[in-house]
Amino acid sequence: MPLQSRHLLGLDGMKREDIQLILDTAVSFREVLDRPIKKVPTLQGKTIVNMFFENSTRTRLSFELAERRLSADVLGFQSTGSSVSKGETLKDTARNIEAMKVDMVVMRHPASGATHYLSRVIEANVVNAGDGQHEHPTQALLDMYTIRERVGRLEGLHVGILGDISHSRVARSNIYGLLTMGATVSVCGPATMIPRDIEKLGVNVVHNLDELLPTIDVLNVLRIQLERDAGRLFPTIREYHLSYGVTRRRLEKAGRDITIMHPGPINRDVEISADVADSEHSVILQQVLNGVAVRMAVLYLLGTRN
Amino acid sequence: MQILLKGGRLIDPVTGRDEAVDLHVVHGRIERMGQNLSAPASQVIDLRGKYVAPGFFDMHVHFREPGFEYKETIESGCAAASAGGFTGVACMPNTNPAIDDESVIRFIQARARAALNGLVDVHPIAAVTAGRKGERLSPLAELAAAGAVGFSDDGDPVGNAEIMRRALEYSAMFDRPVIQHAQDSAMTKDAAMNEGFVATTLGLAGWPDVAEEIMVVRDIRLAEYTGGRYHVAHVSAASSVDHVRKAKARGARVSCEVTPHHFTLTDEAVRSYDTNTKMNPPLRTAADIEAIREGLKDGTIDAIATDHAPHSFDEKEVEYSAAPFGIVGLETAVGLTLTELFRKNVLSLLEIVRKLSTNPRRILRLPEIRIEEGEMANLTLFDPNVEWVVDPSVFRSRSRNTPFGGRKLTGRPVGVLNNGQVYWADERPA
Repeated sequence: MPLQSRHLLGLDGMKREDIQLILDTAVSFREVLDRPIKKVPTLQGKTIVNMFFENSTRTRLSFELAERRLSADVLGFQSTGSSVSKGETLKDTARNIEAMKVDMVVMRHPASGATHYLSRVIEANVVNAGDGQHEHPTQALLDMYTIRERVGRLEGLHVGILGDISHSRVARSNIYGLLTMGATVSVCGPATMIPRDIEKLGVNVVHNLDELLPTIDVLNVLRIQLERDAGRLFPTIREYHLSYGVTRRRLEKAGRDITIMHPGPINRDVEISADVADSEHSVILQQVLNGVAVRMAVLYLLGTRN
Repeated sequence: MQILLKGGRLIDPVTGRDEAVDLHVVHGRIERMGQNLSAPASQVIDLRGKYVAPGFFDMHVHFREPGFEYKETIESGCAAASAGGFTGVACMPNTNPAIDDESVIRFIQARARAALNGLVDVHPIAAVTAGRKGERLSPLAELAAAGAVGFSDDGDPVGNAEIMRRALEYSAMFDRPVIQHAQDSAMTKDAAMNEGFVATTLGLAGWPDVAEEIMVVRDIRLAEYTGGRYHVAHVSAASSVDHVRKAKARGARVSCEVTPHHFTLTDEAVRSYDTNTKMNPPLRTAADIEAIREGLKDGTIDAIATDHAPHSFDEKEVEYSAAPFGIVGLETAVGLTLTELFRKNVLSLLEIVRKLSTNPRRILRLPEIRIEEGEMANLTLFDPNVEWVVDPSVFRSRSRNTPFGGRKLTGRPVGVLNNGQVYWADERPA
């Protein structure tokens, strides 16, 4: 059964069967990644463009690796700042690239909704690699894959998401996906980082991390934008760490086996202490590996849909 | 040129008349009024089932000239106004150069006289501060003497309380309102839409209603303190309406306007990331619409104004956060007002005419329109019953940035008469 949409723009509104299909498909690609020859011919002859209008290392490399392991022809660029600041509109950039007969476009863009816009003006399949503060669907899919791999299920789990929820596309996609898959979600952070009315999505809002920890199975720790937010969204980095830093001591006090995730890159000893990031609780590196498999699954399902 | 307007119902808030009457208009002047008039040499317009009202006046438009003629010119703006049923407008000063100098007022007046032979009266609103920079007052007395009907830095607020205080004090000497774009800019950095649940799900930076409210509260207190006259442009938040209501009850010299989009659409419309739903202030919630309709009913909201803000197709054809704020409004305002307020029993036709004609003219101290024998005809004719579908491709505005394309409306203007000129909606080219 194919995916219902020809694009992957976000997990908001995505059907449970579709998420299930992607996660199940990723299992077989994950297996490919353990083979000596980590390449399959699935997307041979397809051309994929990676358009990154925002700095990214791991997401860009992860997509590129996934594309190459599916034998697609890959090209791409990374440019910081919006396309507008370069003097060419996103529409013109995209149409020019599409004129070269590409099959799929993977895009990261600093503007929320940019991939929705793109999907309206070009014919190629569009994969959202992060749009502004809106969604980052492949990150949430790989997070869910990793949880399922570690705990065995998603349904009935209680997942905490910690940090700047307001500005996080990872948080939004995780919320949509996890709720659809039957998990309970709590968001945690200072009130300044919790967007208005988010509880209407069906999540709990908790400001005290130590109260949250004993109730959850998984904690997804978001990266703090140090330079941008200190003094505005929280007073100081020290205070943030004191209130919301995930430390071994805190986890021990909670007395529960909590799986620790982080979309990276991590600020060691700010939102997460080094001894937690490198501990047996942490699945951060599995997330990175699973990311390749999940992106292979997404590209495969979209690329072979027609 | 002789026209016999036959069988229409006259509705005139100035005299309180609401009755069937024929009007014989000769060379732009009302020659005779009465029952069953006949005038053999005249073009006879059958207005049975239709209404005759004093010419509608939009006190908030952006005609973009000088400086941004690719979006709109005074001529295309006047064409849009007449097609939309308006015989007069007040145009905002966020042009380039800004309307902060007498020469720009003269330029606009000259352009308006030449446009469509002067069918639409265009009254400039001058900038409160030089260059709309919010730092130093414009030459307000000279601008008023030249014809500025009010002062505003619209597009931006007058943020500095001291400047606002002085502007209110100074403009009160010649009885012109200061029209505020009420927005606390520090709270709305990068904001693209109303702050709330929809913005949270879309990941767009929020423009909280309280950022409007606190500016309205501050300004009302400054108006009361100085005795100045204060008008809130495009009020969008329930809380602002409430503060204006209370200020009026205290006797403050305060008035306000609302746009048709703010009493019609909520921020749910933004879900598609359609940049034609991006305006400033943003679309708010159903509760705000409810409060705005209540404010229209009880007289808290004096006027309906469009905030007609033309932008070119390419400017709006971008990511949501990169798009400019604003939509065109002149050619949908009357239809939306009749559909949303008359059909839904919020306002009577008499009250609608008050808010589309009498009140905005009174706020700007323009002379009353007198519908009497011997007076020049300044009339808007409208049909509150006809159904039509908004088709932006036939707009007479130079721009088509509207979220209402394809929307079915009930009621539209039939035509306008002003300054000896006539425009009929039916003659609009297909």
